[in-house]
Amino acid sequence: MAEQILLKSLEVPGLAGFDIYRKLGGYASVEKALKNFTPDEVTAEVKKSGLRGRGGAGFPTGMKWGFIDKSTDYPRYFVCNFDESEPGTFKDRHIGQLNPHQLIEGMILGSYALGARTSYIYIRGELFYVLKIIEKAIAEAYSNGFLGENILGSGYSLDLYCHPGAGAYICGEETALIESLEGKRGNPRIKPPFPAIVGLYDCPTVVNNVETIAVLPWIINHGADAYAAIGIGNSKGTKLISACGHINKPGIYEIELGLPVEEFIYSEKYCGGIRNGNKLKAVVAGGSSVPILPADLILKTAKGEPRLMSYESLAEGDFETGTMLGSGGFIVMDETTCMVKNLLTFARFYHHESCGQCSPCREGTGWIEKILQRIENGQGTMKDIDLLVSISKHIEGNTICPLGDAAAWPVASAVRHFRQEFEDHVKLQRCPLSK
Amino acid sequence: MQNTKNTIEFNTETVDLVNKIIRRYPQGRQKSALLPILHIAQAENHGWLSSEMMDYVASLLNIQPIEVYEVASFYSMFNLQPVGNCVIEVCQTGPCWLNGSEEILAHFEKKLGIKKGETTEDGRFTLKTVECLAACGSAPVIQVGTEYHENMTVEKADGLLSRWTEENKCSHTNPYL
Repeated sequence: MAEQILLKSLEVPGLAGFDIYRKLGGYASVEKALKNFTPDEVTAEVKKSGLRGRGGAGFPTGMKWGFIDKSTDYPRYFVCNFDESEPGTFKDRHIGQLNPHQLIEGMILGSYALGARTSYIYIRGELFYVLKIIEKAIAEAYSNGFLGENILGSGYSLDLYCHPGAGAYICGEETALIESLEGKRGNPRIKPPFPAIVGLYDCPTVVNNVETIAVLPWIINHGADAYAAIGIGNSKGTKLISACGHINKPGIYEIELGLPVEEFIYSEKYCGGIRNGNKLKAVVAGGSSVPILPADLILKTAKGEPRLMSYESLAEGDFETGTMLGSGGFIVMDETTCMVKNLLTFARFYHHESCGQCSPCREGTGWIEKILQRIENGQGTMKDIDLLVSISKHIEGNTICPLGDAAAWPVASAVRHFRQEFEDHVKLQRCPLSK
Repeated sequence: MQNTKNTIEFNTETVDLVNKIIRRYPQGRQKSALLPILHIAQAENHGWLSSEMMDYVASLLNIQPIEVYEVASFYSMFNLQPVGNCVIEVCQTGPCWLNGSEEILAHFEKKLGIKKGETTEDGRFTLKTVECLAACGSAPVIQVGTEYHENMTVEKADGLLSRWTEENKCSHTNPYL
C-alpha cells in the first residue's frame, strides 16, 4: 500500500474536531515552519518536493508561489480553490468534510510562505454543509492560537475565512474565482497579467486546489526529499483518485503516482473491477474535460506499454492515443454505455456552464449539444459527425479560459475513438444501445 | 427593472450576521460579501430573489442595484422567479446519468405530476435538474436546500417524498444558521 498522506486518519472518529486532530500530530508542521523556517524556506521546500497542482492543470506548486513578487508593499493573498465541480471529481469534499483541520493547517503554511495576512477558502455554494464544518474548525484553530494575531508567538498573524460560491463551474478557473470572490460574475480574466502579479483586489495572489494545500503539512513534517521519493518521474507523491461509474467499488483512493491503470481498475484494493462482470468500454481518466480513451488505450499505450496513473504515462501518445491525469476524476464506462449519450451529458454541462464571454465557447457549446441530441435521437446525418469535430476545433484555443478546450476535447476524442458508434446512430436512425 | 421603495428588512440577528460577513473583506471591498448575502437573502425571501430584495441587498452593501442583478442572474443557485416550498434538484451530468439519474428524475416527475422546471399546484415542490454536484461516487445524487441525498433509488425517493410531504419540508433556510 502506498504511503497515505491524505486519507490516513480519515476513519478516526471525531477527526474534524481540533483535539483529536491535534492528538494525531496535527498542526506540528505549523509549529515547525514558524519556528525553524523563513517563508522563503517553506517555498523552497515545496519547490523541491516536486508537488504539482492537484486541481487539474498539474502546474508545479512551488514555482507558482515563486512568481509572487515580495518586494512591494501590496497585501498578498492565498486562496483555496474548493469549487470542486469537474464531473467525476469528488475528492475535495471528502477532505473538507472529514479532515478540515488538515486543510486549515495547509492554508497556514501557504499563507506564511507567501506572506499573506488574510486568506480565503472559496467553496462551491452547493457544499454549504461542508463550509459550516470548515468554519467550525477555523473557529477552533483561532481559539487554540493557530490563527489570528501573533500565531504561537511568532509575530506572524493570519485571518482565514470561507467564502461560498453560488453554482458556477467556471469559478474553478482561478481568475473567474477571483472575480467571484470580489462579488462579480465569474468571468475569467485575460492573462497575462497572471494572479501572481494582479490577483484578488489587484494584489499578488496564489490560488491552489484543496488537495494541493492539504498535502503541505506532510511535506513540511517529513521533508521535500521524502515526498519526492514517492511516485514516478515528474509525477511525485500520491494523488487522490475519485473513481465512479460502472465499477464495483466507487470511491476515493489515494494512490502512489505510477500505479498501473489495470491494477487500479481491477484490483480489489481499488475499483474492484467492472460491475456485473461486464466488459470495460471506455474511461475518462481525469475529469470530464480530458479526452476519453477506449479500453485498449487506457490499459496500454499505443506502443503496447502498460499505462500508469501518472501525468506522463496518461499523456503518452498526446491526444491521438493518450489523455491526461487532470483532476483525478476517473469515470469508468462498461459495454452497455452509449458514447453519444455520455458525450451529450457532458456537452449539456459545458453549454450550461459557459460564462458567455467568448463567442466560440458560448455559441459552440450550444451547437455541440444540439447536434449530439439530434444524433442521439436518430435524426443526425453523417455530415453532423464532421461538423461536431469542426466546431470543437474552432473552439479549442480560441477562448480566454480553458473551458473552451475542456468542452472541445471530449468531443474530438469521442469521435476519434468511437466514430463507428456515431455512424451507427445515423445509419439506424436510433441509438443502438438504448432499450 | 425599477427601483422600488424598500419594504424588506432583515431582523437584527440577520443584519448582525451580514455585518460580520462584510468585515471578512478589506475596507472598501464590501461587494465581496455579495454572494454570501444573496444566499441569506434568498432564504429570507421564500427561496427566490425579487428585485425588491436585490435592491435591499444593494443598499446593505452600498452598491448599485444593477451590480446585484448582474451577479444574481449569473449563478445557477439563485432563483429569479418564485419557487415551491421545497426545491428538489436532480443531478443529470455524466456520472449520475451512468448510474440512473434519468429514472430518478422520471420518478419524481411521475410522483409529483410535474415536469422538470415546474412547481406543483399547491406550491409545495419545485423540481429542477442541475449539473454536477461533485458527489459522483455515490451517484445518482439529488440536493434539497443544503442537504445532499446520495445513492438515490426509486424507493429512497418515495421515502423522502412522503417524509417531506408530512413535515411540509421547506428547503429555504438561512444556510449559515
